[in-house]
Parts: sequence; structure tokens; C-alpha cells
Amino acid sequence: MSSCHGETPRVGLLPNPSIRPPRASTDRPTIVALVGPPNSGKSTLFNRLTGLRQKVANFPGVTVEHRIGKAKLKSAQEVFLVDLPGVYSLSPHAEDEQVTADVLKGERPDLKPDAVVLILDVTNLGRNLVLAAPILSLGLPTLVLLNMADDLAVRGGKVDVSALAAELNTPVALISASKGTGIDRIQQFLLGTAARLNAPPARIELPVLQDVPKCRQWAANLGVRASYRAPAPPLWTRRLDAVFLHPIAGPLIFAAIVIAVFQSIFSWAQPVMVGLQEAVQFSGNWMREVLPDSPWRSLLVDGIWSGVGSVLVFLPQILMLFLFIGILEDSGYLARAALIADRTMAKFGLQGKSFIPLLSAYACAVPAVMSTRVIENKRDRMATIMVAPLMTCSARLPVYTLIIAAFVPNRPILGNFLSLPAATMLSLYILGFVVAISIARLLKSTILKSRGTSFVLEMPPYRWPTWQSLSLRLIDRAKVFLHRAGTVILLVAIVLWVLANLPLENGKAPELAHSFAGMIGKAIEPAIKPLGFNWKIGIGLITSLAAREVIVGTMGTIYGIQGDEQAKGLQIALHQDLSTAGAVSLLVFFAFAMQCFSTLAVVKRETGGWGWPIFQFSYMLALAYAGSWLAFHGARYFFG
Amino acid sequence: MAHKKKGIKAEGQMATTLADLPTGQRCILDRLDLPDDLARRLMELGFLPGNEIVPGRRAPGGGPRVFRVDGSEVALREETASRLYLRRDPESDLIVLS
Repeated sequence: MSSCHGETPRVGLLPNPSIRPPRASTDRPTIVALVGPPNSGKSTLFNRLTGLRQKVANFPGVTVEHRIGKAKLKSAQEVFLVDLPGVYSLSPHAEDEQVTADVLKGERPDLKPDAVVLILDVTNLGRNLVLAAPILSLGLPTLVLLNMADDLAVRGGKVDVSALAAELNTPVALISASKGTGIDRIQQFLLGTAARLNAPPARIELPVLQDVPKCRQWAANLGVRASYRAPAPPLWTRRLDAVFLHPIAGPLIFAAIVIAVFQSIFSWAQPVMVGLQEAVQFSGNWMREVLPDSPWRSLLVDGIWSGVGSVLVFLPQILMLFLFIGILEDSGYLARAALIADRTMAKFGLQGKSFIPLLSAYACAVPAVMSTRVIENKRDRMATIMVAPLMTCSARLPVYTLIIAAFVPNRPILGNFLSLPAATMLSLYILGFVVAISIARLLKSTILKSRGTSFVLEMPPYRWPTWQSLSLRLIDRAKVFLHRAGTVILLVAIVLWVLANLPLENGKAPELAHSFAGMIGKAIEPAIKPLGFNWKIGIGLITSLAAREVIVGTMGTIYGIQGDEQAKGLQIALHQDLSTAGAVSLLVFFAFAMQCFSTLAVVKRETGGWGWPIFQFSYMLALAYAGSWLAFHGARYFFG
Repeated sequence: MAHKKKGIKAEGQMATTLADLPTGQRCILDRLDLPDDLARRLMELGFLPGNEIVPGRRAPGGGPRVFRVDGSEVALREETASRLYLRRDPESDLIVLS
């Protein structure tokens, strides 16, 4: 995994070229923990230091609750950075703080840090410095970073860095993670750690850590001795809040942002998707021409390429959604959204903080379930986890897009602003949300009943999202998506192809109806017939238990096998097997059913057992069946 | 509000809470009448006895309210704010910020 250029001579700018790492390389790798309060710019710095060399482990089998990345250094040394959840102190009261405290105290042997980089927001040094007390008391070599130096300067604040370093008895650097200034000082520290050169801080007098007022006083005194002058209040944030939190304009802007996101996902991503679709078809036909006729060609072209290819087409749309969520989060608007949503969420027994996981569940339920850790109240957290997969995640997008494109005519309903397909999509998103909060209400008034909960949320200043952080997010999501296309979906495509081509009839592949896949589909047909699905859709429903978007690949494979349908495209082919009412029913089924192994695995991990995930799977399946049945019969009445 | 003007302070003054203040009215926090966990979290965010707090904007539709405290802005629900009791400070009393 290392990009080892061992013999490369060291480049200049290093602290001291004569220093050789004294320790044997058989040692475990050097680990440096990155710690800081929420909104201190920790993730921006982490991205800047590690670039693409980071592992985001939020998939089953890899139990990691934090990001690990290899630092980009001007030498061959390997230093791993661990990005820990943001904390205000080391006395844990929420679960993410527990993780941070455990790692720092060395209670996670695999991640025992050799040194700590503490990042603080220098625009609010007094309060941020409080965290320095418990961190310094760990006795590990520590570099204190004062981030947002650019903000401090612009808003007229100042601080004497060397005086603060002298007071803390440990190196201090003024940096700007978003602008990239002061990064070389951090790299120097990381190299020093790898070479075991950094000494732990000399003992200084620290306040009793449990005594918050004493700690705050200690931090205030430090600030005075470092001639800290706090910057003027962030004027732009106040001005923007006057608009975004305005009693009338606020909610309107909120609604407009949501609608704009959905409309643009549909219209902007469309040309790219059409292009990709043509590329997949073209390359499939090309392979068919150049390869000799054999079962292998059929497996490759009809099984794998039409299966995986039909899912790949949706990458642009998914990236677009993640881009918007990234912008909302990085700009600081998401905290305002939580504030606006709190009152509504409270009516459903939840709170504003549940809104953030629920909104990220629009992208993917897996990170959403993990982000519920910010909710201190256990029962609120559990209710949020239980309903998060009802939110319209990006894996449903391919399914919805396919069915809507096939069955919903493209007509404008609000001029250029909203078209009928986009409105259908939007109503599916609303359906997911409404059902999610109703189920939450039900859970919170029955099995997860709790006394009044609190809502405490810091409002970060507004900031421009940086391209670097946004593009890293997107690359990350693209990797996850492609990984899935290359593993789960590939595997399902192969298995499905085999099942659809056996048993042989007179030495030839059978009709789909007589194949094993067909038999399985026919076996469940009686159960799904009342929902308006035939056995071919049934095959899709079974394969999509692994992951929702698999059904698209499955239909691709099924029709690919039927040969002549390839050219007509999936959308037209679907009309053979689905009535309009059946299509509505299928949409509702996908809106409610829990077809995602990854989510079940992460729920199991977060709730500590199989009880909750099994409950979740069952109630969602029951909901999907009932909802589909109603939708099918309602729609049949409507469309005839 | 249930907690409004509830207790009488030793000096005989009415105890006001953070929930009672108009926007922009500076005040000094006296004590937090909250469960330990929540009180600690609020103190970490700057809601320390003796600190100055300025109530700011309310979420549209009467949701939580934003308070300026210790150099940052923190949103609290009304029911939490009404458990934060204030100190009458002669010097900062009745200074209304624009």
C-alpha cells in the first residue's frame, strides 16, 4: 500500500537531513491523532494533509469509526493520521466523544497515537483552548495549531504565537487549513514524530479537568498572556442569518434550495447520463462484434456488461446529489437547516439534530446511521436510525430514474422550473420523508418513549466551501459506488447470468421462463402478483435485496439475455412487464423496502445486536407490501 | 412558559431566565438548573455562571433561539433557556443593543 520510493534522496526544506529514523522499520507505523472541537476545520486540514491517500471505512466488515490517512510528506516516511470526531472535552457524554477519548487514552491498541495534533479555531481562542488542558495532560508530543489565521487577520484579531508556545510548553503554529498556509510546519512535526524526535510537553500547571469554570478561566488567562485580541464578530454571518433565518424568507429559501437540488439532479445530470448510456450500449455491441460467439461472450456482454453498465450510468446523478449535500454542509447552512427543522421534528418526537442524519440519508443511509452519534439522547438516536433508511437514498435514484423515465411523460408543470418527471421524483422524496417522520412519531410514542429531549447546537460561521474538500468527497463517493458496481453488482450479475442460462435445453441456453432464475421468479409470483408484478420483476426484487440499484442491472441482464431487446433500451423493454399501475406500485415498494445489506450491517454495529436490524427489516418489508398493494389498486382505479 | 418568573431570589428580586429576554438584551448568567450532563455540555459551550449572554434570532416559526455566548453562537430550545437563571448586573442592565 505504500508508494515506497525508499532510495530517493531527501529534498530540501526538511528540518535536518542528517537525521535518520533511529528505529527499525519493523515497528508498527507512526500514528498521529488529529483532534479538535467541532467546526475547527479539522476535516479540511485532514484532507489537505492526506489528499487521496485516506481510507474512509464505513462499509461492513471494516469497523472503523474514523478516517485514517497517510500523510503526504517530503520523504519516504510513513505517518498515519487519524481524524477523530470533534469534541469539546475529553469527558465523554456522546458516543463520538467516547471514541475520541478512547483512542487518545490508548485504549484502542491498534490506534494508539504517538503524537497529537490539536487544531483550534483561533477566532474563538478562549473557548477553544479549554481542550488543550486534557490533551496536554495525556503527556504525548503535541502540536497546537491555531486555524483560521486568515479570518483572524481579516476581522482584526491577533495573537502572539511564541508567547502561547512558551506558556503551553509545546510547539504552536498559526495556520489556515482552507488556504493552505502553515502546512509545512505540520509536516515538519509529523516527520519529527516519525523520527521520534518530538519530546512530550514539559509539565505545566493544568487546572482540575472536571472543573469547567476553572478550565475556562485557565484558558482565558493563557489568552491574556499571549496578548490575544478576539476578532470582530463575523458580520457576514450575521447578515446572512438575517436572511436565512428570517421568519418568512427563511423557510421559503429552505424550500427553494431543496427543490432546486432535485430539479438540477434531474436536468443537469441528464446529458452526461445519456452519453454514458450510449457509451455502454456502443461498447457492448462492439464487444459482441469482435468476440467469437460463445457462452463466454454471452456472459461478458449480456451478463456482466449490461448488468454493471446499466448501474454505472447513474454515477453522475449520485455525484451531483453528494455535491449539493457537501456544499450545504461545508458552507454552514446545514446547521441553520437543523435549526429551522427543529420545531417540526419536535412534533414528531425527534429533534433538529435528527435532521442532519436524515438529510444525509438522502445520499446514503450508511453514513447517516453513523452520523446519528451526535444525538446524545439514546432513544432519539435509535428512532432516527430506525427511520433513516426510509429517506430516499442515492441507490434508489437509478431505480426511480429508470421507472420514471419509462412511464412518466416529460411535460412541464411549472414552466421551466419543474417538469412532471422531476415533480414525481420530488414527491417520492417527500413520501419517504413523511413516512419516516410518521414512523418516528409512532416509535417515540410507543417503544422508544422518552421524556423531553434537549437541542443544543453550535452555529458555525458561514464559509465558502473549498473545491478541494468538495472534490475529495465526490471522489470518495465515486470510489464507493464503483467498488459496489465492481463487487456486489458484478457478483449478482454473474450469478444471475448463470441462473438464467441453466439448465441447458438440448445443449442450448433455455428460455428465460424455463431457467433457474425464471423458476425462482415464478415461485414468488403468487406473492407479488397482488402488487402488480410478474415473475421477471420478481427476479429483480430478489436480487435487489443485496442493494437497491441491483434491480436495474438485473433487468439489464434479463433483457440482455432476451437478445433483441438490447437496442430498444431498458425503458421500452420494461413496458412489456409493467403496467402504469404496476410501475407506481414498484416505486412505492422501493420507497419503503429495506433492500440494503450495507445498512443492515451498520445498524447491527451501531445498535450492538441483530434485534434492531431484524425489526427494521421486517417493519419496512411489511410497510412496502402494504404500501405497494394500496398504490397498485389505487393507481389501477386512476389510470384504468 | 412554565418556568417564567418562578423563584424569588435571596435579594427579593424576581429571578428572570434566558427565555424571558428580548432580542439583543445583554445579561449575565447566574446558574443552570439542568441535569448534570446537559449543564456540563452547556458550560463547555460557554454558558458559565458570570458569563455574558446576548439572545439573538429565533428560528422561523418559533423554534429554538440562537444565543451569543463566549464568542460563538449556540441554539437552545425555549425549555432549556428557561432553566438558565440570570443575574441582575447593575452595569449591563437594560443596555439594549441594536
